[in-house]
Amino acid sequence: MDNIAGKKSALQWAVHLSTALLVALWVLPTAGLLVSSFRTGDQIVTSGWWRALMTQESQLAAIRLGGEEVEKDGQFVIEGNLFDGQGAEISRWGTSSKEPEAYAAGETATLPDGQTLTVQAAGAFALASATTMADLRMPRVFVTAATPPDFTLGNYSNVISSPMAGQSIGEAFLNTLTVAIPSTIIPILVAAFAAYALAWMDFPGRPLLVAFVVALLVVPLQLALIPLLQLHNAIGIGKGYLGVWLAHTSFGMPMAIYLLRNYMAGLPRDIIENARVDGATDFQIFIKIILPLSFPVLASFAIFQFLWTWNDLLVALVFLGTGNDQQVLTGNLVNLMGSRGGDWEILSASAFVSIAVPLAVFFAMQKYLVRGLLAGSVK
Amino acid sequence: MNPAIQALFVIVGGVGGCIGYFYLSNLFLDKVLYPPSGPNAGRNINRANLIRPWLFLFPALFGLSLYLAYPVLATLWLSVHGKTGDFVGLDNYRTMASEGKFWESMRNNMLWLIVVPALSTAFGLLAAQLTDRIKWGNLAKSLIFMPMAISFVGASVIWKLIYDTRPEGSAQIGLLNALWLQFDGGIGSVIALKVVPALILISTIAAALFGIWALLSPLREVERRGHPGIVAVKIAVAALLAFVSYELVIWLVGTLTATLPYGTPQTFLSMPYWNSYFLMIVLVWIQTGFAMVILSAALRGVPEETIEAAILDGANPFQIFFQIKVPQIMPTVVVVWTTITIVVLKVFDIVLAMTNGQWETQVLANYMYDKLFRSLDWGVGSASAMIIMLLVTPILIWNVYNARKEMR
Repeated sequence: MDNIAGKKSALQWAVHLSTALLVALWVLPTAGLLVSSFRTGDQIVTSGWWRALMTQESQLAAIRLGGEEVEKDGQFVIEGNLFDGQGAEISRWGTSSKEPEAYAAGETATLPDGQTLTVQAAGAFALASATTMADLRMPRVFVTAATPPDFTLGNYSNVISSPMAGQSIGEAFLNTLTVAIPSTIIPILVAAFAAYALAWMDFPGRPLLVAFVVALLVVPLQLALIPLLQLHNAIGIGKGYLGVWLAHTSFGMPMAIYLLRNYMAGLPRDIIENARVDGATDFQIFIKIILPLSFPVLASFAIFQFLWTWNDLLVALVFLGTGNDQQVLTGNLVNLMGSRGGDWEILSASAFVSIAVPLAVFFAMQKYLVRGLLAGSVK
Repeated sequence: MNPAIQALFVIVGGVGGCIGYFYLSNLFLDKVLYPPSGPNAGRNINRANLIRPWLFLFPALFGLSLYLAYPVLATLWLSVHGKTGDFVGLDNYRTMASEGKFWESMRNNMLWLIVVPALSTAFGLLAAQLTDRIKWGNLAKSLIFMPMAISFVGASVIWKLIYDTRPEGSAQIGLLNALWLQFDGGIGSVIALKVVPALILISTIAAALFGIWALLSPLREVERRGHPGIVAVKIAVAALLAFVSYELVIWLVGTLTATLPYGTPQTFLSMPYWNSYFLMIVLVWIQTGFAMVILSAALRGVPEETIEAAILDGANPFQIFFQIKVPQIMPTVVVVWTTITIVVLKVFDIVLAMTNGQWETQVLANYMYDKLFRSLDWGVGSASAMIIMLLVTPILIWNVYNARKEMR
């Protein structure tokens, strides 16, 4: 189109540049957390994630010396390395937090208790004393070192297996799965029958029912919390998975019926009338003709509902309870933000465990998601 | 029993139960109640066809009524009753209105309602227009659309890292603070933080004032007014724009006069007034992809002839965009805007996870959650839920009106 207008190149460059800028703005936040989740806690707090690939000069957290004492030339000596082979290079070091950069690499310091300590650039240290150090508290060393980029999977194995904030992410993951899958499958079936009735069956009050569904489309589910909690308690469901499944099924219903009805109403009338003439019942028409033809929209809704139930916090908090064995991923993450707010290595890895599944679904099924969005809102 | 196994049972049982219900109820209708054979075959078929729709609809209608329609009425009932179940009239609403936190939530919600749909739609439109013109547009779309799949809580963690603050002197790990510390108060800082924002603000204010003029000037002539409802909507939009431009003028004055604390890291989430905007950015980030997808489809639906005609008439790309394309996709813009508005009214997770309503960031949905489940004050909690309901009601009526128009 623009070729007709002639001068295109300058504008085209501007378009490329602004798109790149926009994409960068939208991707950077997620990328930052993703990069952080592969760095150790020390690295995260000492430098921004955008420096993850650079060698960085920074003061590391204090390291307490340790190791086996050996008697050598009438002296007691402990030798070892401050790092376990990371290739870091120490520039300055010190033995007190007041003067963390008192000595250069290779220099020897005399400690208050009379020992001498030498630290080499590569991290090798030798602590020597005239008397045995077995009963002494080992000194701490503060080092300023250039550390090469280093990535770890430790954060993930850490959050998946061991409990943080009372519950391990692995457990929360199972809970979320338990909530999301039935809450995705069951409403599709129920809504499909209703949508067929609203699209292709003739009965008094049909327009009114469609209006009813459209009205419920926007009712905030916040209104439902207390009345339904009372109802669940009254009929003995209480707080538990059954309540969440019922709630998610019903809350997803207006959207499901609306989407499916719009799609089914657009299917060719001839097919359905021919089947009727051939003596098929409505049940047969639905199962054998409508359902297979509606696969794209069923897939769209399934993705919506899955993303929505997986990512939901409110319904799970209210209907499932807040105990440690009932928490879903989102609830677990909120708890972690409260109790381990500064521990980015834990937060970032936990967040990515909870984001991974919806992202995978999103990228795999994007086509259906877009189609469903368009069916749901564009006229 | 392990919940995962339980879930498996529910899937099998639920799906089987559903199919069983539909199959058996239809079978019963056709074979036992009104069999389409015998002396009354014709009458039976008619009767069966009267009943069948309701068999299909029953489970869905039951769920909808019990889980969505009934709670609206029950919440209304709860909101006018006290803790012991006695009728107290509007007392709960009065208690709520006397609370500072409630008005803070209302004020913040109004800001959210203006800012988030406006920015999401604007960025969505921009992204749609840009990505439709380049080869790698689909990839770009995918990446901008991606936050849609991330939960509000996950997004909160992502953005909390951006807003993170470390004490002065240590390395900043939050991107925003790291950027902020690049500014030292020199000439570059003045250009980037005073001149450019001021220019943007001035042009936005000018655009808003032009919008007001464009909306109101036709109303002076009686014959161009049109339907009274449309006049009311136009006046309301103009009033909103006036409010926005008033707010922006205050920002402009602030931008030009404020002395910025260069060199000190900022705690963005506890900065009164501005912190609400930092939370809104999270939702804009999530919703822009949605707006982009829908608006991009609408832009593609704009008839080629109109654009070709405009090009032949010598229109430049900006004129084509604002004067040919945007007016034609206006109905879609309205749909996008209202959909995001509904999301905004329900926003809860972001505020809960990032500030929990501290530092004057409270919003209605989180206020309500506080009242219901922390103070256990169901009366006031339900009253605030009814306020949310009241706010969505215009959209509800508008949607139903449109749906009925289409049905005819």
